[in-house]
This record gives sequence, structure tokens and C-alpha cells, in this order.
Amino acid sequence: MELHEHTIHSLEERLREGEITSLEITKAIFERIEAVEDRVHSYITLMRESAFESARQSDRRREKGETRGPLDGIPVALKDLLCTKDAPTTCGSHILENFMSPYDASVVEKLRAAGAVILGKTNMDEFAMGSSTETSYFGVTRNPWDLERIPGGSSGGSASAVAAGECIASLGSDTGGSIRQPAAHCGVVGMKPTYGRVSRYGLVAFASSLDQIGSLTKDIEDSAIILGVIAGHDKRDSTSLPEPVPDYRKFLGRGIEGWVVGIPEEYYIEGIDPEATEAVERAAEAMKELGAECREISLPHTRYGIAAYYIIGPAEASSNLARYDGIRYGLRASGRKQLIDLYRSTRAAGFGAEVKRRIMIGTYALSSGYYDAYYKKASQVRTLMKRDFDDAFGICDVILTPTTPTAAFRLGEKIDDPLRMYLSDVFTLPANLAGIPGLSLPCGFTEKGLPLGIQLLAGYFKEDKLLQAAYALEKALPRDQRRPAL
Amino acid sequence: MKITKEEVQYVADLARLTLSKEEKEVFTTHLNDILMYVDILKSADTMDVEPMSHVVESAEAFRDDVVTPSIGTDAALANAPDHNGSAFRVPRVIE
Repeated sequence: MELHEHTIHSLEERLREGEITSLEITKAIFERIEAVEDRVHSYITLMRESAFESARQSDRRREKGETRGPLDGIPVALKDLLCTKDAPTTCGSHILENFMSPYDASVVEKLRAAGAVILGKTNMDEFAMGSSTETSYFGVTRNPWDLERIPGGSSGGSASAVAAGECIASLGSDTGGSIRQPAAHCGVVGMKPTYGRVSRYGLVAFASSLDQIGSLTKDIEDSAIILGVIAGHDKRDSTSLPEPVPDYRKFLGRGIEGWVVGIPEEYYIEGIDPEATEAVERAAEAMKELGAECREISLPHTRYGIAAYYIIGPAEASSNLARYDGIRYGLRASGRKQLIDLYRSTRAAGFGAEVKRRIMIGTYALSSGYYDAYYKKASQVRTLMKRDFDDAFGICDVILTPTTPTAAFRLGEKIDDPLRMYLSDVFTLPANLAGIPGLSLPCGFTEKGLPLGIQLLAGYFKEDKLLQAAYALEKALPRDQRRPAL
Repeated sequence: MKITKEEVQYVADLARLTLSKEEKEVFTTHLNDILMYVDILKSADTMDVEPMSHVVESAEAFRDDVVTPSIGTDAALANAPDHNGSAFRVPRVIE
């Protein structure tokens, strides 16, 4: 097995045993990046020099017996909407092409404090608006399993980097499925924690009531390791909650005997690929064999999810993105004599089509005379969807669904049809509307050899149960040693 | 058509966006498609349902009234397209 194929926990062990150094791992990853990056394009910015310096520091700490934990010396990648003071933070947008944050995001501080080696910033849909990473100003990312297909999005670069061995693990953000959907398409694990579990300080905002930072990893144990590092209250984000952070790794291996697994009947929608349904059936069978009971449940308001999401998300985005006006940072259109013209021209030149479209939807939905019909109505439906989950978790421990209706689609297939693109998020966005944690786990391949994912959902702050179930399932599913042929 | 090209222009003005002629055409079609789809919300029974704007209910997050260092002028201006060393510079607003 080559170094870039390892997990965090297997490298942790090899580092502890002195079999390898962080510098060797980091070099191996950069060699891998050199070999595949021109085909995959996972990254917007690489941070080679600072990465090697962090790796050397980690090795020195280890020699002195001052290692900081499981992430010390492990090379990780960051989605390019997490602020870093030593590299640009572009959000995949022309308008922030040269933006240098004056501070690190809280999660970046935490990764650095844990000794992680930061490799670079990954490609993404512009301002995280998209499901394919095709709306990035910096070009498309390709799926390592089939270079003619999208990696998913918006955290497409973070997912492809893990799948292609261009990092050991990565951070992404998930507003409607932006971690879980690309994880499913790239055959990796993607975790969106509970809203408020991880500080959003320094995460460039898309839709503030839906956004949450999470990880993309090669397996569940790595997911538990990263969550343990990034979770917790932060006084700089008043929506991060002071719940204690358990040792998530302790829950792995405990099994799920006697658990009730809910399978929502509403998720068998028209247009779902039979192979995606079969993946859920495989997972359900495996969970039954582990002693869990699978029970059909109802989430009756599921069919309103996309509509509610595509009002609430754009409404919040339209106000969040008002800050990009060419005055304090970012692009400024030249030669404008009137302030209002400067705003308009700067935003016209700086934003891509999808971002403009969402700003337009959001502005319309919030505009005078339409507020009640759209934003208020969507927010009421959101309450109903949250109640659906409250009722469901009164009966079951976790919920099992497909992550996506189909495996990865072709580049260009949906880019001119926004509504069809939005339908990719049908199974993932309810968790963002309700604020509950969700996780996507690889579950076999299609006949064409594309990875499939299944999604597990749990109640508020039940990441421990989510990881416990996912770990048991991961071990029970047949091991598939396939790797992307790059 | 629910939303006309004129309304699209009005919304673009509110959003401080200049749209090209082609963008106006495309966005009119797309916005109509999306609004037509979103109409499904009308069939949801939301009588007496409180709207939910946020997952976290407790919005009160007071901090102690203590002065702490901020990023400072130089760092605040570092990304500005135009400034005079102590403030952001913009086109003249008042003639």
C-alpha cells in the first residue's frame, strides 16, 4: 500500500511506531498531487512550503515526545471558503480571487493546534452554490473514478482530493448536502455535524442558518478523529453550542444490536436509480444482520424540501453576499464615477451565473409583497420538516437513506438546467433544514464502476450514535479494494 | 409567465447587479421555472405553524463588556481595492 492510500489512524500508528515521519508522508502526498492533479484538479491553491515546514515541526515534536494527538503530522486539505491567513481564500469566485484573510477560521486554528499539516485549499462551486464543482471560477474538478464525470459539489475538490490520494483527509462545508453528496460520488466518507456542533467563525457564509463545517475522510474512524478535533463551543460564533464533546472514537466498535433503523418511505422517489435503492437495501440487510431492526417510517413533508431549501438558502445568500461591493476587499470594477454603478459593475463582473441566479431568487423572495408567500411559507414548512424528524427519532435510533438519487453524472449534463441540478440534493438537504447530523458512507458500485453512497441521519448532537452505527455498517459491508484508476 | 423581464430588471436593481441582455433572458426563464416548482409549497398546510428561521433557539449570547484587541487599520485595509492609508476610498457620493 502506498503512503497516500493510508488513513489518518493507520498513519498515526506508523508515526507512533517511528516507522515513518510526517515529512515523508507530506512528500509522498505532494508527489501524488504532481502525478494526478492535472487530470483531477482538486486544488485552487497549494501550500507546499508551509506544509513542509509544518511537517518538520511535527517531526521535531515527536522526537521530543511532545506529539499533540492523532492529527499531528497528518496532511489535510481545506475547502477554499475556510479562512487562512497564509494563503488566499477565494470561495471559488473571481470576486475574491486575491483575498487574503486577516485571520484563520476557528477550525483552521484547531487543526493547526492539533499539529495537522495543511496542504492547500480545494476547489469548490462558487460560494458553495452548486452540486458539481462546475461553477468554480477556477475551472472544473473531475471525478477520480471517471474523469468525464463531476465529483459532486460544492465540496468537490475536498472529496476528489481524498479519493485520489491528494490528501489524507479534508474539511468541507455542507449547506444542503455539499459534503455528503460529493463524498458519495467520490466513494469516501462525508460527515455533516449538527448545526452548532462546529464553529462557523471564519467560514465564508452562504446560508448562515444551514451552513456547517464537516470532514471528508477515507473511513469512519478518521471521521470520528476529525470531529473530535473541530467540534466545540467558540465564543466567536454565538450559534455554536456548549454541549460537551465526547471522545467519539470510544463509540466505535460497540455495535448496534437492538437499535431501530428508520427507512423513510418518502425517499423512494420517482427518478431514483434502482442501483441507489439497491445500495440502501444492501445496507439495511447488513444492519439487520448486526441485530438492528429496520422499520419503515414516514417523513411526510419530505416532498416540500427542495422548494423550501431553494427559497431559504438563496434568501440568506442574497443578504450574505451583499457585502461584496468592491469597497473593503475583493474585486472592484474600474472607471466608475458613481458609487451605485461601481457596486453593480463590480458584482456583475465578479459573480458567476449560478451565484447571480441565487441572489436573484433570494432578493425576489424577500422583496416587498412576496415575503409571506415565499420566505415565511418556506420557514413554516421548515418547522414541519423538523417536526417530522423529531417524531421519527422518537421511534428510531438512526435513519437510513440513499445519499443521492443517482451516481455521479457527466460533466455539463445539468449545468444549463438549474432545477435539475437542485434535485441532486433531495435526500441531503432535509438534514440542513432541520439542523441534524448526517453522514454519507460508501456502499458498493454501479455496474459502470461508479461509487454509491448511503446516508445515515441521527438526532441533534447524536454524532456519537451516528458514528457508532456507521462504523458497524462499514465493517459489515463487503470490503471492496477498488481504487480509482488514475 | 409569472415573472416578466421588467420584474427581473427590478430585482436586479435591488440586488445591485447589472445584467446583460442574454442574462436577463435566461434568468427570466430560470426564475419562472424555479418559482413554478416552488409553488408546491402552497399545498402545505401551515395554518398556525410557527416559522423557523434558525435551528438554535436561544439567540441571547451576551459577552462580558471587555475591550479586546481588533485587527487594526493596516490589516483591515490590506485587501481594499483603494484606500488612503486610514480609510477606504470610494467615488464621490455628494457633489
